[in-house]
Amino acid sequence: MSLSPVEGAARAEIEPAADPVTPEEKSIVGRSPGQLAWARLRRDRTATVSGVVLVIVIVLALAAPLVSKLYGVGPDEQFSDRLDGNGMPLGYVGGITGDHWFGLEPRLGRDIFIRMIYGMRTSLFIAFAAALVTTAIGVVAGILAGFLGGIVDTVISWITDVALALPFLIFALAVVPTASLRFYGPREEVPPAFQVAVLIVIFAVFGWTSTARLVRGQVISLREREFVEAARASGAGLGHMLFRQLLPNLWAPILVAFSLAVPQYITGEAALSFLGIGILEPTADFGRMIFQSIPYLQTDPAYVFFPGVTIFILVLAFNLLGDALRDALDPKSSR
Amino acid sequence: MSSPSTATQTPPVSPAEPLLRVRGLAKHFPVRAGFRSSGAVRAVDGLDFDVRPGETLGLVGESGCGKTTTGRMLVRLLQPTAGTIEFAGRDITHARRGALRPLRQDLQIIFQDPYASLNPRHTVGRIVAMPLQVNGITPPGGVKKRVQELLELVGLNPEHYNRYPHEFSGGQRQRIGIARALALRPKLIVADEPVSALDVSIQAQVINLLRDLQRDLDLAFVFIAHDLAVVRHFCHRVAVMYLGKIVEIGDRDDIYQRPQHPYTRALLSAIPDVTTLGPAGRIRLTGDVPTPLNPPSGCRFRTRCWKAQDRCATEEPALTNRDGGRQLTACHYPEQGPVGAGPEPGPDAPATSGTVEVSQ
Amino acid sequence: MTRFLVRRLLSAVLTLFAVSVLSFLMFFGLPKDPVSGMCPKNCNAERLERVREELGLRDPLPEQYANYMKGIVTGRDLGSSQGGRCDAPCLGYSYVNSEAVTDTLARVLPVTLSIVIPAAVLWLVLGVGLGIISALRRGTALDRLAIGFSLAGASLQLYFVGAVLLLIFTYNLRITPVPSYTSIFDNPLKWASGLVLAWVALAFLFSAIYARLSRAQMLETLSEDFVRTARAKGLAKPAVYGRHALRAAITPVVTIAGLDVGSALGGTVITETTFGIQGLGRTAVDAVKAGDLPTIMATVLISAVFIVVANIVVDLLYAAIDPRVRLR
Repeated sequence: MSLSPVEGAARAEIEPAADPVTPEEKSIVGRSPGQLAWARLRRDRTATVSGVVLVIVIVLALAAPLVSKLYGVGPDEQFSDRLDGNGMPLGYVGGITGDHWFGLEPRLGRDIFIRMIYGMRTSLFIAFAAALVTTAIGVVAGILAGFLGGIVDTVISWITDVALALPFLIFALAVVPTASLRFYGPREEVPPAFQVAVLIVIFAVFGWTSTARLVRGQVISLREREFVEAARASGAGLGHMLFRQLLPNLWAPILVAFSLAVPQYITGEAALSFLGIGILEPTADFGRMIFQSIPYLQTDPAYVFFPGVTIFILVLAFNLLGDALRDALDPKSSR
Repeated sequence: MSSPSTATQTPPVSPAEPLLRVRGLAKHFPVRAGFRSSGAVRAVDGLDFDVRPGETLGLVGESGCGKTTTGRMLVRLLQPTAGTIEFAGRDITHARRGALRPLRQDLQIIFQDPYASLNPRHTVGRIVAMPLQVNGITPPGGVKKRVQELLELVGLNPEHYNRYPHEFSGGQRQRIGIARALALRPKLIVADEPVSALDVSIQAQVINLLRDLQRDLDLAFVFIAHDLAVVRHFCHRVAVMYLGKIVEIGDRDDIYQRPQHPYTRALLSAIPDVTTLGPAGRIRLTGDVPTPLNPPSGCRFRTRCWKAQDRCATEEPALTNRDGGRQLTACHYPEQGPVGAGPEPGPDAPATSGTVEVSQ
Repeated sequence: MTRFLVRRLLSAVLTLFAVSVLSFLMFFGLPKDPVSGMCPKNCNAERLERVREELGLRDPLPEQYANYMKGIVTGRDLGSSQGGRCDAPCLGYSYVNSEAVTDTLARVLPVTLSIVIPAAVLWLVLGVGLGIISALRRGTALDRLAIGFSLAGASLQLYFVGAVLLLIFTYNLRITPVPSYTSIFDNPLKWASGLVLAWVALAFLFSAIYARLSRAQMLETLSEDFVRTARAKGLAKPAVYGRHALRAAITPVVTIAGLDVGSALGGTVITETTFGIQGLGRTAVDAVKAGDLPTIMATVLISAVFIVVANIVVDLLYAAIDPRVRLR
């Protein structure tokens, strides 16, 4: 080995010094990027508050029958004796009493609090299921389009364009009654499970495009990264590269997209109810409750107030959590 | 090139037999302007070279000369446009993934960017174990034991198995990349500028690690670099590339001490080395590297060469032995004598040689 | 650039084709009997039969589709009960409205345009302005106020805001009249006062989204190297922010805005329902409820056209703002 003397000397000096090893030799188990993000999220006060709010709401919704038992009022119980001749609740502020915390519905006289809990269960289920399905479809379509490129990308992007060009509300308006008619006669009762399923399918068909676009963009920027090439150079197949190498790097945008999709579907479901499609009576549904309450804005403001404020808080909490999640997962972004 | 069709015809690879044999290797990237393709970037345009077992070949040249493309073709991350790559006597130029699999184990790559080449969401253990996992290999003693051996081999603490790449420095990350490349016990490693993204002080450590590994494990290397000082430290043989072609190839000492190609001389003179800071000084090449979309006719270096003649524009110089030199040089008018003499504007050099500027 | 445009137009036509096929299948193919909903309750079997005949519902679906498309391109002859000859952009005849669908569209389209265009101007100016100001005054009380506003707006629903606005301004304070549509050419003042609540409601919700988006974009751009370079080389603040940062920050906003305006033009269903204004969206909803197939098809197609055209406009704007795009 003939070195030029200068090089040799320079190198010899450097040689003994090993790479600076990260301190804290004791904590051998490293903190994954996910754990770091979690730690950042827990330090974020807004995120903590929104998270707690959401957990309370979700637990209440899941435990609706239990809440009903403790509260002592069923969702379909009518308290007609507490309404006046016009069907408006007796007493002040929409009939709030110790038994009926949020008052009673006008006309039917059902308890608003327990209807809301049950309605939330329906709405949250629809929203979460729809978000789950759309995210799954969007991720698969986005990964395939982004990684394979070429004709696959062209086709998937084109389908995305078509889906975006279809007017969602009009289609939903047309599909829901038609679908019910297809499977059930005009006089048959449509079971709630079917109504819920139809809504989820509609949201899924129209909702996957934004996630697909997002994931596609991410994959395109990751695809050329050398760790993917390293896997390819080792003989990895497509499945390994997509799901072992790329997917772990996509969790951040997927999670953010998911957390922002849920409130969209909550309000979307409410909007569909507003147009007269969605979950039918007597099943309790949050979206329909809001839509039904609006005509009473002047005569019974409390009826509008409780569901309205609740959906506002719910959506706000989801939005705040989504933002906080984005910050925690991508500390570089300056939101 | 008639490739041996059966294994029985393949002679056992003896030390004299090249491990890697590259002939006429080319990669053209089509450039599309509209629906018709309007030519191609000839990134690599006909390379011939061999690498023997345990030998290190340095591939040097300016950025854009096709070194990296060549490296990627060797490990089949890119599909060659033309030419053949033979590895251990087998033609792998167009082998499919399944057929390539056993060869993958013998042929690995180390990447330039230690930040992009490690998956940020995987633990070090998982990164190093990836090649084993992908090829379904369970080494004796288990994957974890093997990974820890590898980490130790590259000078990392084997207890850092569960850490994530972001917890390591650039040099340490490059060591992880090296451990990953070693996982399958390869015979040849393509190292694509493995140290150019590192601090100078760290560069030396990584180079020394590679040199030790090369000696201890009898590895062959194709070492891609733009830094001639690093190549000199590491390589047995050196190939100098310019615009997709090899302009000079030979043993290290021949290339460094008696370079024949003007381009090699210019590159060597650019090494900041006190020993050569004599009166000769540095050759400054002027002008830009011509576009590989439309390379110059004849000798590709002629547009920047101070010795260029009419013949250089019409006749492409072959890569052969010139004037008693032991290396192969692609130049009609090779330089003579040891380096340091500087460019001698020969008697037949054009008087209006404005292409070279000698700073004193 | 021309090639880019041609390719873009081709893909747009293809998209519209797919939309038309899909909606045709949806509305003509899916129901058991498309006519049953189309004919009012006092329909006897004979009349039902005649309607089926006149609409050509007996023909196989591809033929019905071909006839429909032919009608759009060249016009076609409908039965005498459908008003006879139907000229070039023929979208069929609506039994429910007793008029050609093109006439219905001509009536309701100006309504939706009158709602969307002023609202869009309002929300873009308000939203982007607010976002940029709060980005430049980051951390001040103004910024926090803007964030609060945008978060609230992004979490509220239009029917809710609309109802509250109606209650306050129309029913309690009696400042604004009951929302209605008057042509701007007949009486501009009445036009504006009848739609102002719809504009405010739309603008409030959308400007919240735009404020959020443009603030984030602006902050990201301000932290980039080229802005710092521009400042360092001594350019005055307004020059840097105006010429360099704003241009980069606004590009993503343009995309979203194009899509939003495009889909809003295709029918502001919720807005029109909330305020009881009969625009394109409300017409579509009524058509769906009445099973008025020709009108449904027409509204779906026209809103798809709006979205596709908006997409093209966005691409062109993009090319104008961001020179890199032109290289593609």
